[in-house]
This record gives sequence, structure tokens and C-alpha cells, in this order.
Amino acid sequence: MAILIDENTRMIVQGFTGKIGTFHAEDMIKYGSNVVGGVTPGKGGQTHLNRPVFNTVKQAVEQAGAEASIIFVPPAFAADSIMEAASAGIKYCVAITDGIPTQDMMTVKNFLRRLPEDERMVLTGPNCAGTISPGRSMLGIMPGHIYKQGDVGIVGRSGTLGYEAADQLRDLGIGISTSVGIGGDPINGSSHRDILEKFEQDPETKVVVMIGEIGGPQEVEAGMFAKENMSKPVVAYIAGLTAPKGRRMGHAGAIISSSGESAAEKVEMLEELGVTIAPTPSAMGETVAKVLAGL
Amino acid sequence: MRPFHCLQGVLNPDRQDFLSNTEDAMDIHEYQAKQLLTEYGIRISEGGLAYSPEDAVQRARDIGGDVWAVKAQIHSGARGKAGGIKICQSYEEVSAAAEELLGKKLVTHQTGPAGKTCLRLYIEAGTKIAKELYFSLLVDREHERIVMVGSAEGGMDIEDLAANHPDKITKIYIEPAVGLRDFQARKMAFALGLETSQISPAVKLIKGCYRAMRDLDANMIEINPLVVTTSGKLTVLDAKMGFDDNALFRQQKISELRDKTQEDPREMAAADRGLSYVGLDGDIGCMINGAGLAMATMDMIKLAGGEPANFLDVGGGASPERTEKAFRMVLQDDNVKSMLVNIFAGINRCDWIAEGVVHAVQKLDMKVPLVVRLSGTNVEEGRKIIAASGLPIITADTLAEAAEKAVAARNEIVAKEQG
Repeated sequence: MAILIDENTRMIVQGFTGKIGTFHAEDMIKYGSNVVGGVTPGKGGQTHLNRPVFNTVKQAVEQAGAEASIIFVPPAFAADSIMEAASAGIKYCVAITDGIPTQDMMTVKNFLRRLPEDERMVLTGPNCAGTISPGRSMLGIMPGHIYKQGDVGIVGRSGTLGYEAADQLRDLGIGISTSVGIGGDPINGSSHRDILEKFEQDPETKVVVMIGEIGGPQEVEAGMFAKENMSKPVVAYIAGLTAPKGRRMGHAGAIISSSGESAAEKVEMLEELGVTIAPTPSAMGETVAKVLAGL
Repeated sequence: MRPFHCLQGVLNPDRQDFLSNTEDAMDIHEYQAKQLLTEYGIRISEGGLAYSPEDAVQRARDIGGDVWAVKAQIHSGARGKAGGIKICQSYEEVSAAAEELLGKKLVTHQTGPAGKTCLRLYIEAGTKIAKELYFSLLVDREHERIVMVGSAEGGMDIEDLAANHPDKITKIYIEPAVGLRDFQARKMAFALGLETSQISPAVKLIKGCYRAMRDLDANMIEINPLVVTTSGKLTVLDAKMGFDDNALFRQQKISELRDKTQEDPREMAAADRGLSYVGLDGDIGCMINGAGLAMATMDMIKLAGGEPANFLDVGGGASPERTEKAFRMVLQDDNVKSMLVNIFAGINRCDWIAEGVVHAVQKLDMKVPLVVRLSGTNVEEGRKIIAASGLPIITADTLAEAAEKAVAARNEIVAKEQG
């Protein structure tokens, strides 16, 4: 099962023939992802990495049966590529691109909302490491070998901190159903809450780890969702205890600009909502192990 | 950089309704914001820029009248409270105010204790104020829309007003595809408590601000106060604008307004090198890949009893050159007593990182103790390179161990210095 992607998901790469697109497409193919082609406008009809190149996403959907896409298009054009994927009938899209203007993302979100929720394309990212269902499929840029297959779901903003969690779990013999990066931007395709909802519906996932950080209301919203709607336990770690107010910590969204946005405040609110907190980033693995043992 | 427009809680102090207007922003000065707004048909008082007391007096003469405001141009709000705005009634007073403000460090709750140095003044015709209002446009993260915020009670304490009287603040969300409609602007104008004759000019002003926001990729426009003069006219008394860094590639005119004297020179230097650096007050230097892992590593340092000297995300694809630049950034801070490198290699490979670290330590003749923790792709090869270098690099396998060793190394150095 897993969520969002599995070994059967037919994927394309937007920005396929570029240097970065090529590098990661090769990695995805090596991992076993079902990459059925890619899109580079003007290069349609060519073959790249033994797969067809299309001029438009629509052609990739019609001719190669593409269902999911990953975007390696530069920031100035990335919003357009996401909307192209949505209008072509792609069901799930990962935007890796970092640096998309905020107002472009507002337009993208507005465009996605034009369809009813059950027909709407799911977007994760931008500015994320992608999604992996270990042992099955990878639609992202992560080192696939550190992920062991299993029954813990991961959702997080950060790429490398997600790797850290996967690595700690593997050292304890714990595997992952799917790990989803939602990205570090202030406006992103899917929220922590959206992904928790998918994990709740996945019979294979037993526990979910939410890796959050300072800034924005998303972690607490997700905690409220978990309290009201989830049967599965949620473990959370919130990065940025030492982050001063008003300073942006790398991620565009990682800034404390309102009450409730600091790590300490989020931890307190999540605890009140019944979420199990990993007190330190090095305790993410052992906290999950304890929760799993208690099931 | 520190955003000057932390309107935290202006919108709603209750936690379901956060408003963040401070993501990735480039700030500009008041006089620049006002000039931009005039291009959108917005009325401002007559004014001019001054770099010296002589300039200031000349501007006052050009403007005419008998009351002027001498306003310090720094990237911060709450300048009035910090003594950055002087009302003058003679040329002598203008000159004296300019003398006092130029070169002065102004400290507000938005600048932090270091303050910001005033190097430019804006001299403006005095305004006879009947009423002060508040108006702003911001990107709302939660609703993923631009929100318009207004209050009939403007002036300096808008943040307190938001905390204590949220009912006195009106918020109107704008549909991105449809844009700001006249009825919404009218609704805001009435909410500001304006008289019938002032509604039409207010609608024009509100729509002008919205067009500026969209055209220029602004994250926020704040007019506080928007005033009604004794003759019943609407005037923008103070204006702030912040822009989306990610959109500067298509906003050449805005990029050119950047004032580097208002930004932390270390952070500017890091940005020029493609690194994300934030200077902090502690003494344990950090180099980490990924913003989330960097924050987490800093948390571990704190939990181990230390304080990080900086945030530094070296990013993906850390070549030896990039690693060396990052080391230089960290070590130029004289407070640094020990340094921690934590890399989880995904796209990166640990052996490349290890080569870069060894190279940087040798080249920079590093004196402070260094703790390195490598994980991920090619970790064994990376560890071998560190071990074979013969350098006194302390290694660690886990995040917790790395933080503890970095704090221990720092404590040892401090004990030696004191003993």
C-alpha cells in the first residue's frame, strides 16, 4: 500500500533532459521507480535515458499513461510547469524547485482549487526532497538506500532532517511505509495535516512521525487534526529551539513572526493535543520505537 | 536579515489565525516605498532626501511652510518611539535634528539590541493631522492569499491594539484569480470610519496599493499611519514595503533599491557565496547541510549545554571550494571556541565532504577544535579520509555525540583561557 506512490505508479520527469533532471531521473530509475518518460518542450520525439521525451505533459499522459510527475524546472518557470501537470490530468506532483516566488505559489494553489477535492492533483513541495515508498518507488532526490521498508510514515519539511529520522529508525530495525517531504516554503502544495490524513487511511502505516520547524501554523493544525480524526499515534519533533525571533533560518518559511510560531510554543500545544514529542532530534528513532512497542 | 515589519499578532493574537508577512523579504526605506506608491496614484506629502544637515535645511526651504518632519531612514518600524522622527518648526531645528540623527544608531524592538545606523534622512512637509488610521496588505500563509488589514485606530501601537482589541481590526481576503474588487475596497474604507466624501479617494488608494503589491511582488505594504488631515484629505504619513527575495529576478527596479548598510555584512557576504548564514550570540560554530538539520543540530548543541555561534546551511553539492568558504564564514567570528560539522549526505557524498574539510583545515590553519559527524552516502570512505589526514579532528557517529563533543571541546578551551 504506502501512500501517494508505489511500484506501479507511472512517473514522468519535467525538466527531464537538463543536468539536474537527468541526474535524479537516473537515480530514481536505479531505485526501481517506474519512470515512463519525461517532458522538455522542444525536445519531443527524442529518447533520453532510454525513455521517450514529450513536448507537453498532456502528451506524456496520453501516450505513456503518466500519473505522477516530478519537477526540476528553474524557479521562474516552475509554477507554470506545476499548472501544466494539473491541467494535463497528473494525479500527484512533486516540485523539487527551490525559490519559486510566493505570489506564483498563490496562483498555483488557486488553480489547483478549481477542481473538487477528489479530482484535484496532489502537490507536495516546492523546495522539498520528494517522496519515497521504500523498496517500491522513489519520486525525489533522497539517498534511497538509507530507507528501510516498514510501517512508519514520515512527513517533514526538511530533506536532511528527514534522512536523519530514517537513519535512526533503520538503526533500530524500524522501516518506513512512505516518507513525504512537504518543503520549507511558506506556501506549499500539501500541509502536514493533508499528509497525516493520507497516512490515517493507509492500512500499512501504524505510526506517523511529523518533523516540523519554527514558523507558520501548520504543525499545530496537524496536531488538531490528529486529535480529532486519527486512530494512529503521531510522534513529532519541532526544530528550531535556538532560533531567535524574526530571523529566517534557511527555509523561507522558517521564521518566528507571530505568537505560537516558536518551537517551544508548538511543542507545548502539540503535547496538549496528545502528540508524543521527541524531546531531541537524536531521540526521534527511540521515541517511535517506544510508541510502536506500546501498540 | 532581520525583517523590520514583524507585524506579529497584528492580525489576530488567537492562535488559529496567524499572519506571517515576513517570509524571505527584502526591505526598503520609507522614502523609496513612498516614491513607488506615487507611481500608483497614491498621494504623499511633499518631501526630499538628505545626507547632511545642509541638505536637510535646503530640502526644508524647497518644501516651504513652517513645520517639517525630519525622519531617520532605517529598516525598522517604531522609529518614532526610538527618537528617529523629529518635528521641527525652524531651519535651525531642522539642522540640529539632522545633526543628531545622521550616523546615530537607533534601537527599536524590531532592530534588536545592535540597532541600525541612520545614514539618510527624509525631510517632509508637516501634516496637520485630524485622524490616524491603519492600513496594510500582507501575504497570509495560512489562507494562501493576500489579506487587507485596516483599523480606524492607527498610529504607533497597532500591535498592542491587535492583542487587546482584535474587534477593532478589519481583515478582508482577496481571491488571487479575481483580484481586489471595488466592493471590498469600499468595505475597508467604511471600516476605517471615513466620511462619505473620503470613500472614493480611499478606494483609489487601496486599489493602488494592491496593484503595487501584485506588480512589484511585495510581501507586505504597511501604511501606518494613514492620516486624515484637518482639511479632510487622506495622506500616507509613513509607508513600509517588503519584497519577496524569490521574485527579485523579475524585479530589477526593486533589486536596485537594496540598501546594504541596513543588512548584516556577514549575512550579505554569505548570500553572495550562495550560503545561508545567520550570526548568533553563542560560541560554537556550525556548518550543516540542510536548514532543518541545521536547526536540529543547533538544538542539540543547546541541549548539551552550549550555544551556537551561527546557523549555516552549506546546501547540497558541497564542493571543497564551497566547504572552504563555509569554514571561512564560521571562523571569521572571533567568538567561535569550537566548530561542529554535521553532514547527512544525500546528493552529497561523504568522501567529497571529508576531502573538503581536510583541505579547509589545512589551508586555513585552523586553531579551534573541530568535531565532524558524517552520515549517509559513502560514509565509510569519508571517515577513512578524516582518519588518514592525521589532523586533530574529533569524529562522532551520531548527532547527540557530535553535539556533546563540540560542547566539551568548547568548555576545555574556555577553561584553559580562564586558568
